[in-house]
Amino acid sequence: MSHSFYYMARDQLQALINELRARGYQCIGPQVRDGAIVYDSLADCTQLPRGISEHQSPGRYVLSENNSQRYFSWANGPQAIKPYVFAPRESLWRCEKDNTGQLRFTDLKPAPGPVAIIGVRACDLAALYIQDKHFLQEEKKDPYYLARRQKLFLVAVNCTHAADTCFCASTGDGPRASYGYDIVLSELDDGFLAHGLSDKGLELIKQLSTSPPTETQLQQADEEIQHAARRQTRRLPSRNLKQALFNNLEHPRWEEVAKRCLACGNCTSVCPTCFCHAEDEEPALDGSGSEYFRQWDSCFTQGHSYIHGITIRSTTAQRYRQWLTHKLGSWHDQYGRSGCVGCGRCITWCPVGIDITEEAAAICGENIDA
Amino acid sequence: MPNPYLPYEAKIIERIQESPTLFTLRLRFTDPVIHKDFRFEPGQFNMLYLYGVGEVPISIVSDPQDEHMLDHTIRTVGRVTRGLAALKEGDRIGVRGPFGRGWPLAHAEQHDVVVVTGGLGCAPVVSVIHYMMRRRERFGLINIVQGVKHSSDFIWKERYDQWRKAPDTEVLVAADAGESLWPWHVGPVTGLFDDLKFDKDRVIIMMCGPEGMMRVVVKYMLAQGVDESAIWLSMERDMHCGIGHCGHCQYGGKFVCRDGPVFCYKEIVDLFGVKGF
Repeated sequence: MSHSFYYMARDQLQALINELRARGYQCIGPQVRDGAIVYDSLADCTQLPRGISEHQSPGRYVLSENNSQRYFSWANGPQAIKPYVFAPRESLWRCEKDNTGQLRFTDLKPAPGPVAIIGVRACDLAALYIQDKHFLQEEKKDPYYLARRQKLFLVAVNCTHAADTCFCASTGDGPRASYGYDIVLSELDDGFLAHGLSDKGLELIKQLSTSPPTETQLQQADEEIQHAARRQTRRLPSRNLKQALFNNLEHPRWEEVAKRCLACGNCTSVCPTCFCHAEDEEPALDGSGSEYFRQWDSCFTQGHSYIHGITIRSTTAQRYRQWLTHKLGSWHDQYGRSGCVGCGRCITWCPVGIDITEEAAAICGENIDA
Repeated sequence: MPNPYLPYEAKIIERIQESPTLFTLRLRFTDPVIHKDFRFEPGQFNMLYLYGVGEVPISIVSDPQDEHMLDHTIRTVGRVTRGLAALKEGDRIGVRGPFGRGWPLAHAEQHDVVVVTGGLGCAPVVSVIHYMMRRRERFGLINIVQGVKHSSDFIWKERYDQWRKAPDTEVLVAADAGESLWPWHVGPVTGLFDDLKFDKDRVIIMMCGPEGMMRVVVKYMLAQGVDESAIWLSMERDMHCGIGHCGHCQYGGKFVCRDGPVFCYKEIVDLFGVKGF
């Protein structure tokens, strides 16, 4: 594979952004905001979280400065790239009613321009693959998701750092980005190794000032990715946990975790694969029309399972069980793999620090690899 | 490709009050091409949209081959259905669908059929009963078992009387609470089971209603030696999108709106009756 890697000096990252912008892409990249690394519009490399480290543990996320010149020496923040394809809230259509009572429906499908996301990590590429499977099933494709998805250009970055909460190596989804991107970068002390997967990606790299990488650089990049994998202490078995979970629907741990769980839904908000959403109606106050919209929903809410007078999951234990048995179990039936990509966000961003790997181990038995 | 989220306008051509809380909307798409091309199977549902209020999933009760009728029988239970109940002939609503998988009617041909409904769950199976009655010769013995909470909830009495007159057709009705002159069984619907006539090796069971009732029927049928694969039920869960995207109707690895609402018992045997799913 070495022949397909290009070395570029650090300043070429700005050149890459400029090239993308010149081609009409709106660039999105990681930056520090409100004490966390989040994605936002990116015009200039100085906006990137250069020399920033993050420290994550169950229920904790803290940034600090280091002396590194690197832009990407940190593990993922709370926000996946999910919001850029599956919008947190969006209007689906609008209905107007005239004097005769006639209804006129207008499709509000977005017509976005091209968007390039810079700094996508392997776990989020895996999550995007899963969400594609969900929203773009053959028969009923989601036109809103599709409109954004078709316009995405993805510049991935291989992880060189793992947070304490990361476990992508065990789910097989990282830390190396291996599919689903246009360009992947490996960051070195003085620049990047770039590899183009799509024609568009390759073509773009060729516009930059590059040189063939040295053997040392290739080894260094590889070693750093392996280091990020070795640093991971948490793990989930990559095998199908469905049977183990569904054999334990009455396990006392469900009640026990429910005593800690606040049913706040933070885990489902930060999860890059959770797809639940609620649809609702917002009529204009002046009576001129009514908009039908959807927004992210969570299986931890009271309303999620409500049906004419009955709440199917009235207790937190039932809701946690629904989430975990779906994410790690029945997801296999739906999409041929687990719904967990090992990003660890649900652990970091849980206000009480509930750890999915710990709960799965407790419920499926200690020896979950057996 | 058409947007599966976008409703089409339909006009109410008739509104029938079936009981104090049940009404039927007979609809026609205002676009004649849409109306002509609309195809569905008994057991499938549409999302009905009330302007300014929202959508609600409602099963289609009319015959799939009757192009003049597109009937939805609705119980007034919530915000949207209360609003729909207030509509009159000529009013417009939005309709998108049909969604889901209906009853295994081709599979049921040449079989005895037992249709069991309880509570107000009759709407999804009325279409199937009509369907079989119109094509009576294709099916073996037909048993229609209807349980209601109170005798005043019993609607479509004339239809039941009609069905009763069909050859090789048994109609059994029970009310948990009856009033004087209630001609049928008083007590749970399970009290009628011993009057059923079917060949356990050549029967298809179709049911719809409260899950508690369906659990009892499943247990009874399995005890009679009916195979798991011969039992079919229509499940109900919250639905927003109708196309397996929004996640509200998940039932283990299934989406009720897309993979159901009609399931073979065999497909859901692991979770059926487990509280919280």
